[in-house]
Amino acid sequence: MQSSPAPGGLAASDRRPLPRRPVARAASHRRPTSRWAGWGFALPALALVAVFGLMPILVAAGVSFTDLDIAGLAHPETIRLVGAANYVQLAGDPEFWAAFALTAGYVVVGVPLIAVLALAVATGLNRSDGRFFRLLRTLYFLPAVTALVAISVIWKYMFNGQFGLFNWLLDLVGLPAVNWLSDPASAQIAVGLVAVWRAIGLNSIILLAALQGVPGEQLEAAALDGAGPVRRYLYVVLPQIRFALGFVVMTTLIGWLQFFDEPFVLTDGGPVGATTSLSLFLFKRGFRLNEFGYASAGSIVLLVTIAAVTLIQLRLRKAHD
Amino acid sequence: MTKTQSRRKARERVATVLIAVPLTVGALVCALPFVWMVANSVKTRSEAVSYPPQLLPSQWTFAAYTKLFTELDFLHYMLNTVALVGIGLVGLLLTAMAGYGFAKFPGRALGWGFFAVLMTMMIPAQVTMIPTYLVVNAAGLTNNLVGIALPTLVSAFGVFLFRQFMITIPDSLLEAARIDGASELRIFFAIALPVSRPILIVQGLLTVIASWNSFLWPLILSSSQRTYTLSVGLSLLNKQITTDPTVQMAGAALMTLPIIVLFFLAQRHIVAGFTMSGIK
Repeated sequence: MQSSPAPGGLAASDRRPLPRRPVARAASHRRPTSRWAGWGFALPALALVAVFGLMPILVAAGVSFTDLDIAGLAHPETIRLVGAANYVQLAGDPEFWAAFALTAGYVVVGVPLIAVLALAVATGLNRSDGRFFRLLRTLYFLPAVTALVAISVIWKYMFNGQFGLFNWLLDLVGLPAVNWLSDPASAQIAVGLVAVWRAIGLNSIILLAALQGVPGEQLEAAALDGAGPVRRYLYVVLPQIRFALGFVVMTTLIGWLQFFDEPFVLTDGGPVGATTSLSLFLFKRGFRLNEFGYASAGSIVLLVTIAAVTLIQLRLRKAHD
Repeated sequence: MTKTQSRRKARERVATVLIAVPLTVGALVCALPFVWMVANSVKTRSEAVSYPPQLLPSQWTFAAYTKLFTELDFLHYMLNTVALVGIGLVGLLLTAMAGYGFAKFPGRALGWGFFAVLMTMMIPAQVTMIPTYLVVNAAGLTNNLVGIALPTLVSAFGVFLFRQFMITIPDSLLEAARIDGASELRIFFAIALPVSRPILIVQGLLTVIASWNSFLWPLILSSSQRTYTLSVGLSLLNKQITTDPTVQMAGAALMTLPIIVLFFLAQRHIVAGFTMSGIK
């Protein structure tokens, strides 16, 4: 009787003499099943995360040291260990470096552009909670919830050289037509534009949620002290939302490093590789050319790059605070 | 006093209008592609490829929509997509359960489990793409809707949000139910889940949208039309841009309009949900 755990938990065990296994009892004053219940709840999700989140990294790391291709998939006995050969080949591959440089370029231009535009939109939307402003909010968010493929179909139609909307608009103001997706330089701008258009919505909603949390009293106090709207914004509002801003910058940065969707559906990396981002390069090598080993090595490089950039940013922010 | 007050009010109103004008222009730029999509989906083909383009159709026709369902297999794609949304909602339940487990049953081992979930949020899809393909392929689950849904069934971000929210449920509430003899599963369904309604709505909405739009995994993991989704079907149309833009626009509208309606109905909950998730 005494050695069996009290069924009622804390209340029941309180009045009893000290049990034989005080350590075990102190550690968990619930029914013994409840410790397993936690695992029961988490296990299905944990198993999926382990199989589709964690294991792939280990597999990718392992595969990156082999010459696995589509033939190796059918006949595993033919797979050979090649050491660091894939990484060495990567370091000397001009296409890899071109994709790397392009991706870095998008990061440098795209992160500030999206952050500033999203902040401007969020600040404007925060002006009022009326019906009209709520409608505007929905319009800004539309691109973010629309299927990627639908977006690509619509934009390709608008970019079309013969009957597209954009060239007609250029024509209206007397400018020459542009080969939007078939000229390397304009294609790079075009896919970037679509990505920015898509990213504004979600980021401005996050910033809007943060702006709504800025206490009105502080703004009033600053106004009484004679601070104008610009100074109130710079010295009261911005410091209050710095965590949301940091979150937006961080996720946008990771998003650009993983830049894939827009060039994939709009240009397929072309013309002549001008819009092949790092992720698209990996995808093409892995799934079009079936060079699983080589693409895995590249994806490990991408993962390390993202981890390093994230870490540096976290450090910078800590130093700044 | 009242005079300066009313003057200040008037100035405030002018400022609101001055902000509203550029904001409206920006919103129209955001919405323009959708207007263009709907307008061209109801044009005749010859009008849709004419130059200069007209915003509104001179002659309305729903021929493109009919074509999607009669000549093309969009009904089949749509049923697949709806099935994926259903499977996605099962995943939402698993996500909520995991959040509850991590929030209310603290322990060292489970703590590490939660850390592992958080880690996966940083990993780009392109890193996991090839190994995931290998795993699903090895399990014999390619060309299968469940296999297609598996890789994205549980979202780490979702687990994180559920945990953050459910950790605020008072322990005494759960303990009282335990003393009354309720099973752990019953406590979850009767107490934890209903209490988490706000986050459930946001996550449910995001799950529906993501499943409805899902493209990459259905594309990679299907080798026949049997398991194609609306996105994959539409991307097949996308390859033939010059043939008939009206059909493409109709397909895009078919995919987009339900999401727009859903989002419009629920947008207040989304902003509220983000506010509650504590990102600020």
